[in-house]
Parts: sequence; structure tokens; C-alpha cells
Amino acid sequence: MIDPTMLASLSNLLIYTAIAVYAVAFLTYAGETALRTTRRSTAPAYLGVGPGGPEPSPEPLSSEPLLPDPHDRIRQRADWLGAAGTNVTIVGLALIVTATVARGIAAQRAPWGNMFEFALVGAVALTAAYLAFLARRPVRAFGVWIVGLVLLALGMAVTVLYTPVDALVPVLNSYWLVIHVAAAITGGGIFSVGAVATGLFLVRDRADRRGPTSGRRRYADALPTSTTLAQVMHAAHMLAFPIWTFAVLAGAVWAENSWGRYWGWDPKETWAFITWVLYAAYLHAESTAGWRGRRAALFALGGYAAFLFNFFGVNLWISGLHSYAGV
Amino acid sequence: MTSMRTAIILLTLLALAAVPGSLLPQRNVATDPAAVDRFVMENPHLSPWLDRLGLFDVYASAWFAAIYLLLLVSMTGCVLPRCARLWRSVRSAPVRAPGNLARMEGHVEWTAHSGPASEASPQVAAADLLRDRGFRVEIHGNEVRAEKGYLRELGNLVFHLSLLVLLVGVAAGRLFGFEGRVALAEGATFTNVRSEYDAFTPSVWTDVDNLEPLSFTLDDFEATFETTGAKAGEPRRFNAALSFRTGTGSPTRVQDVQPNHPLDINETKAFLTGHGYAPVVTVRDGRGDVTFSGPVIFLPRDSTYASDGVIKAPDAVPQPLAFEGFFLPTADIDDRGPYSAFPDAFNPELFLTAFTGDMGLDDGTPQSVFTLDKTNMEQVTGEDGQPLAQALAVGETMTLPGGVGTLTFDKVARFANFQIAYDPGKEISLLAALMLLAGLTTSLSVRRRRIWLRVTPGADGAADHIEVAGQSLTRWPLKPADLDALVAALRPAPISTPLRERTRS
Ligand code: HEM
Repeated sequence: MIDPTMLASLSNLLIYTAIAVYAVAFLTYAGETALRTTRRSTAPAYLGVGPGGPEPSPEPLSSEPLLPDPHDRIRQRADWLGAAGTNVTIVGLALIVTATVARGIAAQRAPWGNMFEFALVGAVALTAAYLAFLARRPVRAFGVWIVGLVLLALGMAVTVLYTPVDALVPVLNSYWLVIHVAAAITGGGIFSVGAVATGLFLVRDRADRRGPTSGRRRYADALPTSTTLAQVMHAAHMLAFPIWTFAVLAGAVWAENSWGRYWGWDPKETWAFITWVLYAAYLHAESTAGWRGRRAALFALGGYAAFLFNFFGVNLWISGLHSYAGV
Repeated sequence: MTSMRTAIILLTLLALAAVPGSLLPQRNVATDPAAVDRFVMENPHLSPWLDRLGLFDVYASAWFAAIYLLLLVSMTGCVLPRCARLWRSVRSAPVRAPGNLARMEGHVEWTAHSGPASEASPQVAAADLLRDRGFRVEIHGNEVRAEKGYLRELGNLVFHLSLLVLLVGVAAGRLFGFEGRVALAEGATFTNVRSEYDAFTPSVWTDVDNLEPLSFTLDDFEATFETTGAKAGEPRRFNAALSFRTGTGSPTRVQDVQPNHPLDINETKAFLTGHGYAPVVTVRDGRGDVTFSGPVIFLPRDSTYASDGVIKAPDAVPQPLAFEGFFLPTADIDDRGPYSAFPDAFNPELFLTAFTGDMGLDDGTPQSVFTLDKTNMEQVTGEDGQPLAQALAVGETMTLPGGVGTLTFDKVARFANFQIAYDPGKEISLLAALMLLAGLTTSLSVRRRRIWLRVTPGADGAADHIEVAGQSLTRWPLKPADLDALVAALRPAPISTPLRERTRS
């Protein structure tokens, strides 16, 4: 039998290592972005599909024709950096997955029982969701943002949210909790990819409508086309919404199990509801002529803001039955 | 009223309307029943206005109900016509191919000579293949029309209608259910009739005279706490050992009730929601007779379970006696006075002051067992003229001067809080939840799509011109596999370019 305290310290060590690794990924991705946006016309758009490196993309690369060969070297370097960033991100993911497993074994329960652990597992979900999208769509431009969010989550985890390994207070000791939180975090990871897609869609869309400018190449031009971004935005939300719905319903079952009522308008429940309703509004807007795209995007961002508030605002500022989650 | 734009606006309004209830304290929300009163006391000018707007009871307010009812009406008006349309489209033939197939998704064309007459025509081959893939297919002259994914619309309808079912489920609970609370010391028995509850909130049509016949006794309550580390003092395990009977004449059975594991008798459920200490004391009066003996519930004031309580002995002779004070499970002392160092009972002490005189129990007005009406009572003082106050360890006795009585701290018992709930709408709500989830997942994952194949016969023995294309009726792209399979089966030459690339995504 391995000593639990040793496993717990190992878990912490892995998290610190992962932070360093993610920081490298962040810098690498940032380097790629810089190469693609610094000099006019030399900067080819992101092409990479999947960690293996660039593959031809079916879509037009950018509104401006690319100049041929002389700039190939910069493009190659950007591609190389991008692929490297993705590989480093995969290493980071492997580290935090291991850290999560070690923590789970040390605590002898599912390792999502307090805010520190939510942030850790959230970082896993976010990275995994990003890599899953990257395997299918050319979204490496998300990398720098996703890795930035992961760094933020892990940074908060080891500083303000840190909690040593421990057993749970009795009311949290329920398999419905395991299911409920796992679904909420998975949904949240995919919503986060959706939020990044939404933000970048708005940037690209706005730039497209302004038309090409002279001088420095803009960040927006290096992004995937607004069609691709809109598709990823919509796909992420369509995927995450049923998962989030399931999380809310599983939470209701758990509440019925422990308090005798399945819905009590506790602040946590209320904000889960607000999140759900705003994302439902987003899905409707995507099906409505005149609202699709830009206007719908605002509802998606609203839903994400409500989601984030539920995690940070409600846990830290509003007390409710759920606040035993412990900070 | 039934347009999607209305739906979006009403959904946004619903989200906004839910916000204030999470920021302001709410009545009828379990978190902290006293929160509203506290807020009103702290904000005397603002509060009446907030109250008039229903902001202390948002989720039961008329304006909140107006929004969700409007939303449901609008949704029904939107979704019922869709039901009718879906029904018609399932019964009618798949739609004809557009004139210009080249403008549709995944368009592929080739030429081929018709085989010998014995061979199946491309139309028949395509129809068979698409039928195998689950399409509804119709051959119409030179054209094959196929459509698949009606389940998506069905899912969408089931999802939206589940919201109406949910409303019924919630309403049933609100109209026929009840919630109540009771605190039981170890050894005490609760019988499920209204008068035995400490607090009871029936709904409009709850049958309060015919509650589930049930009684239970708290035989033993066990609480364990983390004793070491940063989380020392955090609860680890609660267990209430109950013996219960359902109705008269039925045998007594036993069950352990823990958080998340209620006692469930025909849908009336008793949940363990809290606990605390009930010191067992014996009070003797001036004649030396026992006038009170048993556990007295003290209400915990914080997480160390320092608890406040009152002990009353109204029948004591020559004068009624009452004691007020606090209980510390692990008593310790520092420069600010006595405090509890740990929630478990490692060094229990009872700190009491005493009163004599009329405690106002006879005039009929109900009085809380946790407070003492001291208007007509006199505090007992010691020889020094100061109020008498004493700390008692288990087994110790407090003797009141003048021979008016004594109190002995016999032992420590615990009490448990039970929340007892009955919600007849629960099953309906659960059904709604399952419909909602199944409908939603279906509607968001199934791709409704159409596929066409058209053969344009070549003039005078020239090769036929064959085209296939499709159309997605959702935001997902077409499934490339549908067209790939069709082309692979029908096109004679090997495929030179992967089809995927030609499918507009
Ligand atoms: C009670 C609140 C409502 C909720 C929570 C809700 C939720 C949803 C969701 C999650 C979808 C799936 C989106 C998609 O298929 O992309 C959807 C679709 C739809 N909703 Fe609602 N809805 C509500 C009210 C309404 C109302 C009032 C209407 C009518 C005006 C409506 C009409 C529709 C239609 C027509 C679709 C299908 C859109 C499509 O074909 O893509 N819904 N709704």
C-alpha cells in the first residue's frame, strides 16, 4: 500500500510541474501567433489540424492571396511552433491527469470534492475538450487562450483555493455528487472551448466586415475563417448543452436525496438555472434568421459569464447550502 | 407571440428575473430562515419596497410566474403546429430534388452506360442502399428522393413538451405536498401528526389530517469528527439509529438514517439534516421531589457546537424554577472566557444561571422551548448578591440558595434534526426530466438530411449522366458516409479524390 500523504505530495508536485509545462506551451503558442501576425502578407493563417502538424485545409486561407515561396520559412517556423505547442500541451494534460488520479487514490474518493479539486479537474476537462476539437477542426489558434485559461485555473488552485487531501463532509458523500460534478465540469470544459470560439468569432467577424486594412497584418486575419469559427462555436454549445442539462438534473436528484426537495432555489441552483436558460436562448438565436452568428454569440457569452459566476462568485461570496464545498 | 424572437426575449427575461433571488435573502428558501428578518432589520428603509416588489420571495412572485407561464404558452403555441407539420411530413413523400443539384452539398457526378436490362437500374440500387441506411426513399422516374432524421424533430417536440410535464410535477408538489421539521433527542419518539412537528408547511390542498401513519424513535445518534490535521473538527460521519413503525399494529423495525440516506415510508421521507447536544438533567424542587428529568435540546450556535438552551421546571414547589445557559462539548477557557475547543463531547460542561417565579406558561400563549420569558421571574443570586452562575461537569449538581431546588447534570445525550417531506409530484417531475434529457439529446445529435440521385439518360446510346447530392436540415454538416457509400456502390471507376474533400462542410 502506498502512503496517502506521499501520494498527495506527489500530486502537488505534478501540478507544479504541469504549471511549468503549460507555461512553456503558452509561450510556444504565443510565439506562433506572433509569427503569424507580425509582418504583412508573410503570415499564413493557422492551418494545423491535429497534433501531427499542418494538413491541407479545405477552406480558403485568408481573404488576401498568399505570396509564394519567399515566406515559406516563416510559415514553416510558425507551423513548427504550433505543433510543438500542442505536443507540450499534451504533456501538460498527461501530468494533470496523473495528478488527479494520485489525489483520488490519496483521498480514496472521486477527486472532485472541493474548489481546489474542481479547478484541477476543470483544467483537465478544458485541455481535453480543446484537444478533441483540435483533432477534428483547425482550431490551433484557440491554443494560446485555452492554455492561458488552464494556467489561470491551476494558478488559482495552488494559491487561493489550495486544500489538503481530506475526506468529505457526510452530505457530500454520495455517488450522485460524483456524477453531478463530473458532468458539470465536463460541460464546463466544452462551454469554455465554445466561449473561446465565440470570442474569436466576434473578432474575426468584425474584422471581416471592416474589410482589409493596410499595414500590419491583423490578428484577426490569422484566425480561422468566421465560418469555421461559427461552426466550432455552435458545435461546442450543442455538445455541452445536453451535458450541462444532465448535470443540473443529476444535481436535482442529489438534492432530493439529501434534503428532501429536488429544487430549492439555493444560489448555486439558481445560477445553474440562469446559465441553462441563457444557453437555451443562445440555441434559439442560432435557429433564428437575423440573430444567427453575431447576435447569438452575445447570449453564448452571457451563458458563460453566468457559468463562471456560479463557480467563483457563488462559492466565494454568496453563502448557501452548497457553500460547504470549502474554499 | 409564438415566434422564436419572443422565445429568446422571454428566456432572457427569465434569466434576469432569477438573479435578484440569488443575491437577496429569500423567504421559503432553506439556507437560512432568519436571513430575511436580519436583512429587514439592517435595511429598514429599503426593505418595505423590496418586499412590495416581491423581491424576498422572487420564485413565488406573480411577475416571475408571469414570465415562465408566458414562455410556456408561447412555446406550446410554437410547438403544437410543429407537431402537426412533422406528422404531415412523415406521412408524405420525401421532397423532390432541386433543379440544379450541383448547388447542393456534396455534389458528385459521373457518366455510366446502362448495363444490360437484367441489371438493376442505378435508381433501384441507390434506393436499396439508402433504405438499408435507414432513409425513407421514393423512386420517382429518374430521380431517387430520400430523407432521414425525423427523430430530431420528434426529440425537439418531446423536449419542449417535457417542460409542460415538469410544470405539472412542480405544481403537484406545491399543491399537495408538505415539508416539516422536528428535533428529537435520543430516546424520544415522533409520531407523524401535525401537532408533533416543530415547524410544518403544508401546501394548499395537503390532507393534513391523514398524514402517512408513521412513528419513529431516535435510539442512538452517533457523530464523528476529524480529530487531526487542517480539517480537524470537520464532520466525518453521522448516523441516526431509528426504530420505526408504520401504522398501529405493525411490527417495529430498525433503520440507520444518514445524510443522503433517508427513511422512506410510502414517499414520506425523513432526512437527517442536523444535530446537536441535549444535556440530560434532573431538577429537584424545594421538597426534594423530582420535577423534571430528561434530555433538553440545546441549539448549536456555531461549528464547535457551543449551544444555548433553557431548562424549565414549572411545577416546582414552592416556586417554578428555570435555568438558562450554554453547553460546551469540549470546554476550554481563555482570556475571553469559556469556549468550545472541539465539536465532539470530550470535556462537556454546562454553564447555567437560575430563575424563579412565573414563566408565563399558564396564559395559553404558545412559547418556544428555547426561550425564557423573564418578565415575571427573578434571577437567583448567590451569597455575594451577584447572579448565581455555575459550570457543571457530568455528575455535578447545582444547589440553589434558600433550599428552593437543585439541578444535576446527569449525562450528555445528542439530538438530531429531521426534515420530513412528502412531494406527490416528484415522479411526474422525474418523468419530465427523463423526457427532457432524451428529447434534447436526440434533437441536438440527430442530423435530419436529404439525399437525391438523378439519372439523366444520354441521347442515343451515349452514357447516362448520374448525379448525387444532399442537403442538411440542421446546423451539422451532412454525414459524408451517406454519399461516400452511394458513390462507392454506383460509380464504376475507382474514386480518385476522397469525397470528404468535396463535401462542403
Ligand atoms: C420554455 C423555454 C424553452 C426552452 C428551455 C427551449 C429550449 C430549446 C432548445 C434547447 C432547443 C434546441 C436548439 C436546437 O435545436 O438547436 C430548442 C429548439 C427550438 N425551440 Fe425552444 N425552448 C423554449 C421555448 C420555446 C418557445 C417559446 C418556442 C417558440 C417560439 C420554441 C421553439 C423552438 C424551435 C422551433 C426549436 C427548433 C429550432 C431548430 O429547428 O433548430 N422554444 N428550444
